[in-house]
Amino acid sequence: MSPRGKVAVVGVAESDLGEVGPGFTPLDLIGQATIRALEDAGLAKSDVDGLFSASPYYHMPTLSVGEYLGIRPRYSDATSMGGSSFVSHLFHAAAAIDAGLCEVALITYGSTQRSGGGRLVTGSETDPYEALYNPRYPVSMYALAASRHMHEYGTTRGQLAEVAVAARGWAKLNPKAFMREDLTVEEVLSSRMVSSPLGVRDCCLVTDGGGAVIVTSAERARDLDVTPVYLLGAGEAHWHRNISQMPDLTVSAAAESGSRAYAMAGVGPENVDVAMLYDAFTINTVLFLEDLGFCEKGDGGAFVSGSRISPGGELAVNTSGGGLSYNHPGMYGLLLIVEAVRQLRGECGDRQVQNANIALVHGNGGVLSSQVTALLGSESTL
Amino acid sequence: MRGMKPEAGESPAGVYRRHLESGVLGFQRCAGCGAAIFYPRVICPFCGRPDPTWETSSGHGVVYATTAVYRREGDPYNVVLVDLEEGFRIMSRVEAAPAEDVEVGARVTLRVDHEGDDLIPVFVLRDEGR
Repeated sequence: MSPRGKVAVVGVAESDLGEVGPGFTPLDLIGQATIRALEDAGLAKSDVDGLFSASPYYHMPTLSVGEYLGIRPRYSDATSMGGSSFVSHLFHAAAAIDAGLCEVALITYGSTQRSGGGRLVTGSETDPYEALYNPRYPVSMYALAASRHMHEYGTTRGQLAEVAVAARGWAKLNPKAFMREDLTVEEVLSSRMVSSPLGVRDCCLVTDGGGAVIVTSAERARDLDVTPVYLLGAGEAHWHRNISQMPDLTVSAAAESGSRAYAMAGVGPENVDVAMLYDAFTINTVLFLEDLGFCEKGDGGAFVSGSRISPGGELAVNTSGGGLSYNHPGMYGLLLIVEAVRQLRGECGDRQVQNANIALVHGNGGVLSSQVTALLGSESTL
Repeated sequence: MRGMKPEAGESPAGVYRRHLESGVLGFQRCAGCGAAIFYPRVICPFCGRPDPTWETSSGHGVVYATTAVYRREGDPYNVVLVDLEEGFRIMSRVEAAPAEDVEVGARVTLRVDHEGDDLIPVFVLRDEGR
C-alpha cells in the first residue's frame, strides 16, 4: 500500500511570527495558525477529524490542542521526535487518511520561546553519560558533526558560512523573515563563536511562531476551491538519540528516509525543483544535500559554494530563508511544509521558483537523530 | 581485559560505577556477535542477545570529533568523542589542553577524575599519559 497521490495538502498557514509579545501562549499561536489554514482550505473546524501535534510545552500535545480548539478527533497522533515530527505527522496523516481512519487532518505547532525568554525551549532529558561534560544542547552536538566532516572531507568554515549567506539571500525576498539585513561570509566567520566550529551565525534563530497544515484525501481536495499539493512519497528513519551513539557523524539517517521517500514517489533528486532542508545549523544543509543525493558524500561544501543554493543559483534550497534567517520557533519542521506548498502553488512572490512542480521537504530532529523526508507535487506530477 | 561480574540485582549503571571506582573504564561486549557496547545496557543493540558481559578498556583511544564550547565568562572548554581501541565510543573531554587545540585524530589516554560524588572519565593527550 502506498499513499502516493492519494492525499493532498489543502491548507497551510503561519501564526504570527518573530516576537509576538508577552502573554501569548503556544496554544494561542496554534489557534491563529489553525484559523488561517482552515480559511486557506475553505474548510470548517468541524471538518477536522484527525489531529497531529508535538510540543516541548505540552506533555500530551494533541489533548491540549484538541481542548483549546474544541476538536474531538477520531484519530490522534502526537509522534514526538524533535523538529522533524511534523513531517512525520504528514506521512502518518497520509497513511491514516488512505486507510480511512480520518478524512481531514490538522497538523499544528506553536512556540513562544522568544517572548518567553529567548532561549530554546526543549523537553530534552540529559544523557547521564554525556551531561558530565556540559556540551551545550544541541549546538555542541552539531559542532562535533561539523568537526568530523571538516576532518574527513576538508569542508571549511567558509563553506558552512555560504549556507548562512544563501539563507539570508532568500530571507531578503521574504517579507515574513526575521532577519533580512545583508550578511557576508566574512561576517559569518567573525560572528561570536558558540561551539567551534559553529559561530552564532551558523545557528538557527530563536523566534516565536507556529503553523498549521490541513491534509485530506485527493478526492475531497478536488471538491475544494484550492490548488491541491499532493504527497508523492515519504519516508522516515532514526538510528540514535544521543550524539555519542551516532554511528558515523558524517552520515545521517536522511540517507535512508530519503531513499524511502524517492522510491515511493518514483522520482529522484534530479527531479526536485525546491528543497526545504531543516537548517538548524549550517552543517545540516551540507549533510542533507549529500545524504539526499544532491551530491556525493563529502562534496556538500563545494556544492553550496559560489552562491549555488542562493536565489538564482543551481538549486533552490530553503527559499523562505530557513531556520537560519526566516524563523525557527524551537521545532521548525512544520514551516518547511508551509513554504514547500506555497512554492508549488506559485504564491511566493519575489522568491518564487519558476515552474516548481516537485518539492522535497526534509525534517531533522534531536541531534541529527530523526530524519523524515517527504516529496510533494503539483497536479502535473500525478 | 575481563571486567567485573554483576552482583545479584545490580544494574548496568551500578557495575559501570564500580569499574570507575577502581580507576578503570568498564564497557560491555556481546557474547553473541562480539560487538563492543557503550553505554551499559541489558541487551546487545546490534544482535539483540541479552546480558552482555563486562570488560575493561585499555583507556587508549583517538579523538573522533571535537568542539570548544564558549561561555560568557572564562575560557572555552572542550567536549570530544573518543573512539577507544576496543571498538566503542564515549563522550568526554581532553584535560590540560587549550580547548581549541584538541584535534580530531589526536591519540589520548583515559584518566578517572573525581568531582564531588561524580567519577568522570576524562582523557589526556597520549604523550602526556602513563
